Amino acid sequence: MKFSESWLREWVNPSVSRDELSHQITMAGLEVDGVDAVAGEFSGVIVGEVVECGQHPDADKLRVTKINVGADELIDIVCGAPNCRLGLKVAVAMVGAVLPGDFKIKKAKLRGQPSFGMLCSYGELGIDIESDGIIELPTDAPIGKDVREYLDLNDAVIDVDLTANRADCLGMAGLAREVGVLNREAVTEPTWDAVTATIDDKVAINVIDAQACPRYLGRVVKNVNLAAPTPLWMQEKLRRSGIRSIDPIVDITNYVLIEYGQPMHAFDLATLTGAIQVRLSDGVEKLTLLDGNEVTVPDDTLVIADDSGSIALAGVFGGEKTGVTEKTQDILLECAFFAPLAIMGKSRRLGLHTDASHRFERGVDPELQHKVMDRATRLVLDICGGEAGPVEEAVTEANLPKPVNLTLRRSKLDKILGHHIPDTDVTEILERLGFAVTANAETWDVVTATYRFDMAIEEDLIEEVARIYGYNNIPNIAPVASLTMSDHKEADISLRKVRNVLVARGFQEAVTYSFVDPKQQNLIHPDAPAMILPNPISVEMSAMRLSMFTGLLTSVGYNQSRQQGRVRLFETGLRFVPDAKADSGVRQEAMIGAVISGVQNDEHWSMDSKTVDFFDLKGDLESIIGLTVSTSEFTFRSATHSALHPGQCAEILRNNQVIGIIGAVHPSLEKPFGLNGKTIIFELELDALLHASLPLAQTVSKFPANRRDIAVVVEEEVSATNVMNLIRKVGENQLVGLNLFDVYRGKGVEAGKKSLAIALTLQDITRTLEEKDITETVDSVVSALKTEFNASLRD
Amino acid sequence: MQQLTEIVEQALEVIAKASDLKTLDDIRVDYLGKKGKITDMMKLMGSLSPAEKPAFGQAVNKAKQAVQKELSERIEGLKSAELEAQLIAEQIDVTLPGRTIELGGLHPVTRTIERIETFFGELGFSVKNGPEIEDDFHNFDALNISEHHPARADHDTFYFNPKVMLRTQTSGVQIRTMEHEKPPLRIISPGRVYRNDYDQTHTPMFHQVEGLLVDEKVNFAELKGILHDFLRNFFEEDLEVRFRPSYFPFTEPSAEVDVMGKNGKWLEVLGCGMVHPNVLRSVGIDPEKYSGFAFGMGVERLTMLRYGVNDLRAFFENDLRFLKQFK
Repeated sequence: MKFSESWLREWVNPSVSRDELSHQITMAGLEVDGVDAVAGEFSGVIVGEVVECGQHPDADKLRVTKINVGADELIDIVCGAPNCRLGLKVAVAMVGAVLPGDFKIKKAKLRGQPSFGMLCSYGELGIDIESDGIIELPTDAPIGKDVREYLDLNDAVIDVDLTANRADCLGMAGLAREVGVLNREAVTEPTWDAVTATIDDKVAINVIDAQACPRYLGRVVKNVNLAAPTPLWMQEKLRRSGIRSIDPIVDITNYVLIEYGQPMHAFDLATLTGAIQVRLSDGVEKLTLLDGNEVTVPDDTLVIADDSGSIALAGVFGGEKTGVTEKTQDILLECAFFAPLAIMGKSRRLGLHTDASHRFERGVDPELQHKVMDRATRLVLDICGGEAGPVEEAVTEANLPKPVNLTLRRSKLDKILGHHIPDTDVTEILERLGFAVTANAETWDVVTATYRFDMAIEEDLIEEVARIYGYNNIPNIAPVASLTMSDHKEADISLRKVRNVLVARGFQEAVTYSFVDPKQQNLIHPDAPAMILPNPISVEMSAMRLSMFTGLLTSVGYNQSRQQGRVRLFETGLRFVPDAKADSGVRQEAMIGAVISGVQNDEHWSMDSKTVDFFDLKGDLESIIGLTVSTSEFTFRSATHSALHPGQCAEILRNNQVIGIIGAVHPSLEKPFGLNGKTIIFELELDALLHASLPLAQTVSKFPANRRDIAVVVEEEVSATNVMNLIRKVGENQLVGLNLFDVYRGKGVEAGKKSLAIALTLQDITRTLEEKDITETVDSVVSALKTEFNASLRD
Repeated sequence: MQQLTEIVEQALEVIAKASDLKTLDDIRVDYLGKKGKITDMMKLMGSLSPAEKPAFGQAVNKAKQAVQKELSERIEGLKSAELEAQLIAEQIDVTLPGRTIELGGLHPVTRTIERIETFFGELGFSVKNGPEIEDDFHNFDALNISEHHPARADHDTFYFNPKVMLRTQTSGVQIRTMEHEKPPLRIISPGRVYRNDYDQTHTPMFHQVEGLLVDEKVNFAELKGILHDFLRNFFEEDLEVRFRPSYFPFTEPSAEVDVMGKNGKWLEVLGCGMVHPNVLRSVGIDPEKYSGFAFGMGVERLTMLRYGVNDLRAFFENDLRFLKQFK
């Protein structure tokens, strides 16, 4: 909410500076977002009157004027504004004046005619009012008066960002009350002559939904002059509240809106037929609003209607048909209290958000309507003339919100704050807030005010006391809590540890959006349905990810197009797999994914720089698996995946359960993701990874170990894992080390076969192995390989 | 005896002249070997009278020792010269870069979250995670934000349907924890949250860390104390901190916390408050017996302040040139 500082000071004027004032209200919970001057920096501009205005002899668009500024002599000024005319009151920048932008006014000659100053426009004075030509001041503007003073331009616009609970501050009255409380200053309300009805005209009001509309006031005012100008003071106050002047009636309703926080509406009386009804929509009726848009009003929405049907969305927006226009002569003023629950969410659903709905859904003081109706009528009569009828009221007292009775306990106050605020302070603060307070020995009985919709429970009072007392006057204390040790499972691997392994291996952690481009994701997971956001930021950010792949591959492409030759990235986070059986219809699984591309290492004077392949990333993956200690639980099995190379893809299994996948990205995906060369990627379920075995210590043998190398030739299809597993099985306890150190194809090995060179390390825990034992074991390994895989020893 | 002296002199002379180990070894064999010249002298013993023998024996031994000593020294000298030469030949340019695996790095957001986890972990807070696609009960209702509450409008929620949405805050994790565990509770919940807003200062996804402490006598002064300590630790600076009244439906009283920036302006870094009794009741905790405080912070905001990151969007572009600055 924006408001003018000087308007506020008409209500309450504490002797604090502008900065102190905005600090005060910020620290009271009404956060000041900005303080802006209402005009630019300027000096030397005074009120003048055009007493002569003639055509410039040599320029069609210029006028030669004489201006009376109250001095002995008239001043010659050449002016180019089309609205410059005889008798106009103007803002005159005298010679020596300095305008915004450090623009100094000097004597000049324009096309031969002398000019001793300038007639100013709003823009030239740094005032945000749109207008053609120069400023037209009211006819009663005092000649010679400083314009800054006359227009109150030393004022500032203060913008407060009000939280949803402080509807009471959505008007000057509430803001002034708050500032009064903070400064212990009395608040001065404006005064006016109460209106007495001079005519009998009225419109019957029939409130059908009294729960939603506990109070509705209507008043006819006839013969209003819509052509009357809105007074400059009102226009300026509205402008400084961020509201544009439209016509005097709309301006007046907006004025009381800002003044008291009470929304009002004016109907053109001539367009109404029959009585006013306040009722719920039938769900099919249509209404064209003041902005020209037609809406179908949902059935739980409150409308104002007459015999012809709905004419306004109650508390939200007026209808076009019954709105005030320049032809309007007679009006019906509406001033109502609509229950917050009846308005909440209704405007949002229709895509509307108005000053009225903003206030009604947060709560308007139900005691305000008569006062504001009178205030608005007085302003109408003063500005537009006319005759007012009596106020017609439909009220259901029982449905009006009542002040709330609350008890504040000393014990609770101290317990919640952890600080003792003296009794007298507590009582005083609550009273200053306008609450009725009875102080007892250990409690306060408090009757809150009708304008404070946020007062419902004891804790609300505690906040009020603390807020006015000052949060920063409450000390900072170290918490005291019972020292319970949390459970730590040693066998749980922390995600931190996994991340650190990858970081040590040169991976950079990425964070990509959880929503991805559905087209890109479809390339990776064709035909797999994903959760789609109905209202995304953009289509490219609309599908919840089914894996880490889309984000990671996009990041690889992004970096490669920025000359990054070596990319190693990983990410952890959830994937979202639709599943009707899961909570909210989606399985949300924690994953870790990693991707590499480019060279194994940056070019180095003493290392080869090869392009990465499957086994580089598999090695990284194996080092993570190594954290679990139970590496034997993990296996890799040749597999296929739509995004991966069919010959270079493996499922990762733990205890025969698939927990992830690794592979080279399918060449057909390289282009759509902008990948430059071979890219390897894996993804793994974190929950399946993050538990380990505790170390179980084995006796270390005191006897020497023996190494025997064998080279076995097997068919290409025989997997290394199976060969190794068999050797491990046959070798039993004596086999303490097993290492596949070479794979050979080519000369000396039949086509379609490969030779695996394997080192066996044999050792016994109780004795030195004899040559005989060793040969026996190796022989049994070889013969088992022969039986199982038709393997032969390589010559 | 004369002969012995000559042999020794001769030996010393050739030793001095020898320039490699092989020659020296030959000399050793030549003089001290089984058939060496000095060894041979011992054979003369037989021809001596018993009276002469001890003196002669002694003289030969002396000669032997003298030659041996000279030989050893010479060998030692040559060996050390050889080693010296080898060391010189093996000299390297120690300034050449080593064969390293360049260290990667954590994402700056993770780095901040880990720091926050450490600070609060030391105070006995445990880390809890939860779903990012939430139901309206855990994201709103249980947090005292009813269906039409104006605060719902402030959240720019990504809905899948009116009941299911991307979480707008990690508070749902607190609710889930309180549903399953009994006080005393000390938890923090870091993670991704989502709001439908994208501009210079907003990304539709960002990270929060929320904390919750529920016990029998938890109070606002303690909340101030803990957050004060946290901010001082996080920035490693005795920053000016202020607590400003604010409004969240799930806390009462509520506050926002500002720190004084380097530019002399206050910067909002945290929201916090005493857990609203309705929230405690919604998870079956008696607000008359227990009280609690909760706080929440935007991780990106803190990270930007800490490391001088200017553009929020840099966090999600994953540009290696940006990321590699965080080792």
